[in-house]
Amino acid sequence: MALQDVADKSLHDKLRRAERRKKIEAVSLIGPLLLLMVIFYFIPIGMMLYRSIDNSQMREILPETAKALAHWNGQGLPDESAYAAVVADMKVAYPARTLAGAGRRLNFDKVGFYSLLLKTGRKLKKIGGPPYKEKLIEIDSKWGDPKYWTVMKRGLKNITLIYLLRAVDLRYDDTNSIVGVPEEQAIYKSIIQRTVYISLSVTILCLLIGYPLAYFMATSSASVRNLLMIGLLLVFWTSLLVRTLSWILVLQDKGVVNSFLLSLGIISHPLPLVFNRIGVYVAMTHVLLPFMVLPLYSVMAGIPSYYVRAARSLGATPIAAFFKVYTPMTLPGIGAGCLMVFIQALGYYITPALVGGPKDQMVSYFVAFFVNERVNWSMASALGVVLLLMTGSFYLIFGKRVNITNMKLG
Amino acid sequence: MKNGLLKGCLWSLTALAACACIATVPSAHARDLTIVGWGGTTQAAHKVAYFDPFVKETGIKIVEDSWSGEMAKIRGMVETGDITWDVVQVEAPEMYQGCEEGLFEQLDWSKITDKKNLVDGAAADCGAGILIWSTVFSYDADVIKNGPKTWAEFWDVKKWPGKRGMRRGAKMTLEIALLADGVPRKDVYKVLATKKGVDRAFKKLDELKPYIVWWKAGAEPQQRLAAGDVVMSMAYNAWVTRINKEEKRNFAIIWDGNLYSMDFWTIVKGSPNVDKALKFIAFSMRPDRQAVFFNKIAYGWTAKGTGKYIDKNMLPLLPTAEGHLDNALLTNVEFWLDNGESLEQRFQAWVAK
Amino acid sequence: MALPAHATTGERIWYYTFRVLVAVVFIYLIFPILTIIPLSFNSGEFLHYPLQGVSLRWYHDVIASGQWAVAVKNSLIVGVCSMVLATVLGTTAAVGLNRVNFPGKQLLVAFLISPMMIPLVISALALYLFFAKIGLNDTYLGIILAHTILGMPFVLITVSATLQGFDYTLVNAGASLGAAPLPVFFRIVMPLILPGIVSGAMFAFATSLDEVVVVLFIAGPAHRTLPLQMFSGIREHLSPTILAVATMLIVFAGLLMLTLEFLRKRNEKLNAPANIAA
Repeated sequence: MALQDVADKSLHDKLRRAERRKKIEAVSLIGPLLLLMVIFYFIPIGMMLYRSIDNSQMREILPETAKALAHWNGQGLPDESAYAAVVADMKVAYPARTLAGAGRRLNFDKVGFYSLLLKTGRKLKKIGGPPYKEKLIEIDSKWGDPKYWTVMKRGLKNITLIYLLRAVDLRYDDTNSIVGVPEEQAIYKSIIQRTVYISLSVTILCLLIGYPLAYFMATSSASVRNLLMIGLLLVFWTSLLVRTLSWILVLQDKGVVNSFLLSLGIISHPLPLVFNRIGVYVAMTHVLLPFMVLPLYSVMAGIPSYYVRAARSLGATPIAAFFKVYTPMTLPGIGAGCLMVFIQALGYYITPALVGGPKDQMVSYFVAFFVNERVNWSMASALGVVLLLMTGSFYLIFGKRVNITNMKLG
Repeated sequence: MKNGLLKGCLWSLTALAACACIATVPSAHARDLTIVGWGGTTQAAHKVAYFDPFVKETGIKIVEDSWSGEMAKIRGMVETGDITWDVVQVEAPEMYQGCEEGLFEQLDWSKITDKKNLVDGAAADCGAGILIWSTVFSYDADVIKNGPKTWAEFWDVKKWPGKRGMRRGAKMTLEIALLADGVPRKDVYKVLATKKGVDRAFKKLDELKPYIVWWKAGAEPQQRLAAGDVVMSMAYNAWVTRINKEEKRNFAIIWDGNLYSMDFWTIVKGSPNVDKALKFIAFSMRPDRQAVFFNKIAYGWTAKGTGKYIDKNMLPLLPTAEGHLDNALLTNVEFWLDNGESLEQRFQAWVAK
Repeated sequence: MALPAHATTGERIWYYTFRVLVAVVFIYLIFPILTIIPLSFNSGEFLHYPLQGVSLRWYHDVIASGQWAVAVKNSLIVGVCSMVLATVLGTTAAVGLNRVNFPGKQLLVAFLISPMMIPLVISALALYLFFAKIGLNDTYLGIILAHTILGMPFVLITVSATLQGFDYTLVNAGASLGAAPLPVFFRIVMPLILPGIVSGAMFAFATSLDEVVVVLFIAGPAHRTLPLQMFSGIREHLSPTILAVATMLIVFAGLLMLTLEFLRKRNEKLNAPANIAA
């Protein structure tokens, strides 16, 4: 009896020790990567995404105004102290050339602020002494409009939501309540839907085209397989830019496909195949196909053929054997492939930018547009946050379904 | 097999070590004068006309880089103080805006040249005008014999059926729409400053929208014209000329109602090479230097007196040639700085629907 | 996949249909690449058929400029280094993740593969601003680190997928027979997950070789990579030199892979008797 206890205890200890060793091993295996990622990716990205709500620079540019407006109740026009504060801040900010930055941020909330601030800044030299209220209103009547002061007060908080709101087509109105943007400016909701739709379509196309190809590669002789693999890798190693360009050459009005069809007399006018949705599907599927085929192939190559043969010999029809026995075994590959294709598709912009029309641009295009062309990083980050939430939630739902990472021991 | 694995392991370790070595080699941060242009043929011409002779004359070394106008990069440099570029070629709106926002150095014109030696608008606070470019429209004159002559006719899809190429962006497109709608040149920005005027421009664009193929890069219109994707297109004049010359094409340039604007040399704020940069800019404002450039590329010069050095075959193709500016509209930078954000946004929404 | 002698008519029809289908897919894959090769010999600069004439004009341009050679060198340095780093770090992490289960593991994985999900422009700007602070812009190290991070998720995913079907009794058997963890890994785990590692490494390399958005921001004039060189000037001009470079790369990669395939075959033949004897 006692002996049994001792044996139990030592077994228990051993198991625990083994468990602990496993944990240490795992941590030391994951650790280096995690460390690298935290320092060189999560911190920079976090800092970047924080820009979508960060508004602290406004208080640095207009500190006095912020203080003065803190007491203002938002009704009617603020009193002389606020006007004096504006003048005091501008006298510093205009020569320091920081005023334009503030103007741009306020202008995003309400059009007209950029020119209001800069115009006022330019005329500040001649403004003379207080009181300033009348003088500012004389420079620009907007200073006598309470709506601008409401925007100013809102714009001087340390955290702002205007960019995130705008990313889903919402904005503040003049009374500080959240409303939809006017219809002619509403754009992002439909773009988000479009992004998901295009990405899903491309993923499905890749699966439909890639599965047979991978299956064929996995089940044919070594030399055929290697030939196919070389073809696939050649495509894969050709620059994305070049591949996209080559689709334009194939699909354009004087392109290879249209010339061919015209010469056969099948069509009398060139078909519109590029700079529209068709072009986007064709080129994106092509670009992302290797990301479907290679994971599928690497899983399929590990499936011994005797499973299907066993099913057949037990009387299953070929179709049943394929779908009930073979396909389930390839699920990890399908999962990995779909995940890679879908998530990458969500973030694509160079390919659709080149082969799509304006109605085929996805969220990333607008992120790039705000980063590079408008240099409005807050808005770019806000759209980035939206895209990230989208991909993140898809990953969590989708990743679980196909059991891609829930790996069990033994 | 065992051996193979061990070898593989050793190889990857060696490679890791090699990488570590390469990676830790410190980069030379004491920089030569770094000049950044748009790349491609313009920059190649810059090199012949300015870069190489400058190095020869002054002994100051130049490093070339190219960019595509991502102002984000310059803002990043100024924000972080890690200035890796000195002289940068930018377009007018970016120059003015960057100047107001403190991204560029104020130029000390006493070290460059007398402002009177340059054409109007070339001597700005933060930028020295380096070339003038025109946006015109173009069609293949071998295909269309009796082509359209004005923007209004550009809209005439009955007489000249087929697709039209236009630059994807509110700027210039809206002005052109108003010109096509019969607004006189001098009133375009007055009209565009009102909500009614903007609606009018978009309404005019609505008419043509089903026929428009949008482009972004300057070389696209010629490619599309040649490929038959469009029958006529908005285009940059220098590109049409270049293609006509190099590919022996006969693409027409319609100067009527052309929109012109300027590119500038700017110096990134906080550049450690301001003096050398100013010397370079002064060098490139010399008519004899500009002549080399504008004999190669059909943009307009900014240094007065360059015209007399220009080849007589080339001269009529330049935006600054006699007559071309009389029918032209100068892109109003201030207007676009004030209204760009909202108009671009509306344009993006309109074009994406 | 050979057709068995006793196949029914239905099976025969399916067999051939399937082959035709795969052929069509393969043509779809390879066709656009093949169309650019003749165009790179076009004497004119318009990118459409028919050719205006045949010339080596664009190849001359490539070789004459010298910038392309530098770009190839830079791309190789960055590509190989980031591939090695991404593969080593990604594989070890995948193995580690496979060994334990804990709440929030999926979230951790989501974080680790987030470089795939975050739009490249956001990553590019974030890294650019961060690297500026620590002096990593305009250095090889900066580009290599960035590409390691961008390429690593592919390794993690492909290795995880192959590990999923992995039978851990093998490792336990190895351990119970007294083998230390490292040899167990290299002799038992590694050969089984090698296909995953290799395809992951390839993805990582290709990612680096193709990536342009991040390098646009963080690379300086001395570190221009191939795609950056291709992009330079594209704002103004789509030059056929890009096609010439692409053609050379395709031919080079093709020759490389054919050589490897040839060596593999010869190796197989040479080793075959030895294997049987063993």
